[in-house]
Amino acid sequence: MWQFFHKLGSPKWFFGIANRFMPWLLAGGLILLVAGLVWGLAFAPKDYLQGNSYRIIFIHVPSAFLAQSIYIMMASAAVVTLVWRMKLADVFVKSVAPVGLLFTFLALFTGAVWGKPTWGTWWVWDARLTSMLILLFLYGGVIALDRSINDEKSAARAVAVLVLVGVVNIPIIKYSVNWWNTLHQPATFKLTEKPAMAMEMWVPLLLSVLGLYLLFGWLACLRMKTEILVRERRTRWVKELVLAGRK
Amino acid sequence: MAFESFSAFLAMEGHGPYVWTCYAVFVILVAGTVFWSAKRHQATYHMCKRGYEQENPKGQNVPKAAATFTRVEISQD
Repeated sequence: MWQFFHKLGSPKWFFGIANRFMPWLLAGGLILLVAGLVWGLAFAPKDYLQGNSYRIIFIHVPSAFLAQSIYIMMASAAVVTLVWRMKLADVFVKSVAPVGLLFTFLALFTGAVWGKPTWGTWWVWDARLTSMLILLFLYGGVIALDRSINDEKSAARAVAVLVLVGVVNIPIIKYSVNWWNTLHQPATFKLTEKPAMAMEMWVPLLLSVLGLYLLFGWLACLRMKTEILVRERRTRWVKELVLAGRK
Repeated sequence: MAFESFSAFLAMEGHGPYVWTCYAVFVILVAGTVFWSAKRHQATYHMCKRGYEQENPKGQNVPKAAATFTRVEISQD
């Protein structure tokens, strides 16, 4: 167990594993995502209340899911950075923060465009929307803090602390629709319960969520590999790897 | 198909502009991030490679000086 844990922290081991999994992640992610989106756009039935504008759900929900999941993953990695000083955990936080920022922006943007025909407004300062906006600022803060500190180890510790402080926002986002009266509809997607929506809508949504998760896995591996190349370029194994022509 | 014609699919009963704007922004930003991350990885890889090759260039690639101040090399053929 501990040996596995230490291996997991080794950038060299990660590089090998990532190279093995990346083609599968990319292919699986693209197939599922395209299938889910095409199904959702053209074949899923119209919503009786919202009409066709509800089709935005097939990108809005996966983006919002990832925006929050990435933050939770970053917080777990931040604990590992602070407690075990594992290099790879910090590489992960640094590599995926911009991806988290992207998905938070996409969730907010698609939500705003969906809100216009559904609620009659682009934006309201209600609990769900405001806590998502705070998540966007948290991602921005993490990226800015990391870039403003030159020393790698100090940056890693400062970023880990900021990520952990910000994690308080995640339950607020999740339960905001239950705690407060908001315009936002309650959760559409629960793994533990039977879905409230029709199967013809739920299955394409599940496909696009899974597809985007796999695509994120691929993107995270790629960006982590880039970061490892930069940080470990003085080591012998990276030199051998690069000179052998393995990317 | 949930629509009767392609134009109905594009119009989405008046919701077309909202739906297609969202999908366009989503595809452009996600594809852009994928492309940019892949490009940055390539650039980093080549930067490392150039660095290593400058550190210890392969012997045959270094042009040998034909003459120095101490010794002149003349072919014996």
